[in-house]
Amino acid sequence: MEPFIKHTGLVAPMDRANVDTDQIIPKQFLKRIERTGYGQFLFNDWRFKEDGSLNPEFELNKTRYKGASILAAGPNFGSGSSREHAPWALMDYGFRCIIASSFADIFYNNCFQNGILPIIAPNNIVTEIINKSRSDNAYRLNVDLKNLKVWDEDEDIVFRFKLDEFRRNSLINGLDDIGITMQHENDILDFERTRHKHGGVLTN
Amino acid sequence: MAQHKPRTLFEKIWQSHVVRDQAGEPTLLYVDLHLVHEVTSPQAFDGLRIAGRNVRRTDLTVAVMDHNTPTWDLSLPVKDPIAKQQLDALEKNCSEFGVELYDRFSPLQGIVHIIAPEQGRTQPGKVIVCGDSHTSTHGAFGAFALGIGTSEVEHVLATQTLRQKKPRTMEINIDGPAPTGVSAKDIILGIIGRIGVAGAAGHVIEYTGQAIKDLSMEGRMTVCNMSIEAGARAGMVAPDQTTFDYIRGRSHAPKDAEFHIATEQWTRLRSDPGSVYDSRVAIEAKDLEPFVTWGTNPGMVIPVTGKIPNPNNAFNEIEKESWERALSYMDLKPDIPITDVAIDRVFIGSCTNSRIEDIRAAATVVKGKKVNDQVYAMVVPGSVSVKEQAENEGLDRILIESGFDWREAGCSMCLGMNPDILQPKERCASTSNRNFEGRQGKGGRTHLVSPQMAAAAAIEGRFVDIRDW
Repeated sequence: MEPFIKHTGLVAPMDRANVDTDQIIPKQFLKRIERTGYGQFLFNDWRFKEDGSLNPEFELNKTRYKGASILAAGPNFGSGSSREHAPWALMDYGFRCIIASSFADIFYNNCFQNGILPIIAPNNIVTEIINKSRSDNAYRLNVDLKNLKVWDEDEDIVFRFKLDEFRRNSLINGLDDIGITMQHENDILDFERTRHKHGGVLTN
Repeated sequence: MAQHKPRTLFEKIWQSHVVRDQAGEPTLLYVDLHLVHEVTSPQAFDGLRIAGRNVRRTDLTVAVMDHNTPTWDLSLPVKDPIAKQQLDALEKNCSEFGVELYDRFSPLQGIVHIIAPEQGRTQPGKVIVCGDSHTSTHGAFGAFALGIGTSEVEHVLATQTLRQKKPRTMEINIDGPAPTGVSAKDIILGIIGRIGVAGAAGHVIEYTGQAIKDLSMEGRMTVCNMSIEAGARAGMVAPDQTTFDYIRGRSHAPKDAEFHIATEQWTRLRSDPGSVYDSRVAIEAKDLEPFVTWGTNPGMVIPVTGKIPNPNNAFNEIEKESWERALSYMDLKPDIPITDVAIDRVFIGSCTNSRIEDIRAAATVVKGKKVNDQVYAMVVPGSVSVKEQAENEGLDRILIESGFDWREAGCSMCLGMNPDILQPKERCASTSNRNFEGRQGKGGRTHLVSPQMAAAAAIEGRFVDIRDW
């Protein structure tokens, strides 16, 4: 997994609440067997009109947001399905960071498996970022994962965010969850020997 | 070892599954049952292959084909080449890694969350995972059952453990008996309508109260199934005699003396008196009615006696905008009664409502009546087993005579990944669990209801109050 230490990027807004995983990556695109290639289908039903042409009304299609790598979104981003194809599509499209006041649980966890950083920020800050991304030309943010800090060039926006130390460390080092767990295989073996009856009931 | 502090049901399950718990790390939990299907597993198996790893506990893993499978004639090959590729991948992966698989032709095949309980694999006190958000269904048995992403699927395959940050607990108490006409589906729709699609975010829900206790296991599964739609990590109901009676005799249930020992241990799986939940929601069952979703998320719900909401009455600007969007997508006008809304299709199926009781309920409603001329209606049983039982009871005859299509088991039109999809602008009364934009087909308009309400709508061609039926 690619480590995430620092990132500076163009911000694109998605000013909607409860953006669900069926919009991020509609189900007809879940039939692939690879982890890659989903970027072209990101927000498919919003990006494209029925005739297949680009929908000029959809914000992400506007040329000013081309190349954006930071998405500023409404609350409860990623609600719905557990499909990891959602962060895969966002990554593949070019996003490395999503900022919102809240995320749906499963989606939030899935981000960390793929080197996407989901940042939880207060509502008023997210609103301001969204506004700036619309009013300023080429609005960019700097993200420093080591110091848990986000700021823009003019330092109008400066804030610190919270993140589990374990997640922060894994992202910074590009660590694979399975490798980390297997370092503790003895704990797993212990559990299997003493606490888990094969197929049966756990005693406490 | 005596536990002095009273613990909730969830606490008991959590604590008994901790493999490793270090400050600053998500807890490592042991997984008792890992359910696998074709959509979220190919990349996980590939990951194992690349790293030279094996499936650690094939005995605790079982796979089934359900999302992509056509529900028409099984003798025909799968037409969609990409779907076929995914189904073939699952077959190859299970064979290579030694995982038990129920394929399209297996007599034990069905929707993953239908077949595991059917076979007695789902049991109280277990930690159960699957690469599917409706894994919460199994919580009905007093299990901690949750959906995971593909990378976590790979992690469980390799290590039989899952990293989890401990969620908070929420009690949702439904006090009093459910009124006539209010089914399990209406209970959960009522709950989501009350607390919203993020109302239980960060929490595991325990459903309590008479209306919950009165439910059969199938009813409890319906309620737990949609816990995720309220933003919860999982949902559960404490096991009791109803639970034990359901499990007894099933193929993977403990047998004879072992069953007796098991039920004694399972009886202890309930929240202790004096245990404390982080949050609590109290709902009076008498306030519940048959519900219909009107919008584009499961929280946009009104009673069947209600009117489509008016954005001018929304709570704030964000809500107003999202209601306007939803009304536009669903092509509905504010302030009209939902019973004025005509439908094109009816889908009775999905892991929420495709078990034998759901099919019986639908058949009872439509017996001797005909599906409306304007409506194309279908029933998709949740598993081969359910289908056979329904046919033994003659339910298929009743439904077919009424004008319903009677299909093979699968996820079908819940999510339009197989040939069963809505055309743009088609309006569907559906017993599934999500009404997001495009969920059942691009441009498709989904209204979530109970099986009884869907069946009645099929006859009338519009939504009707099942209590007046």
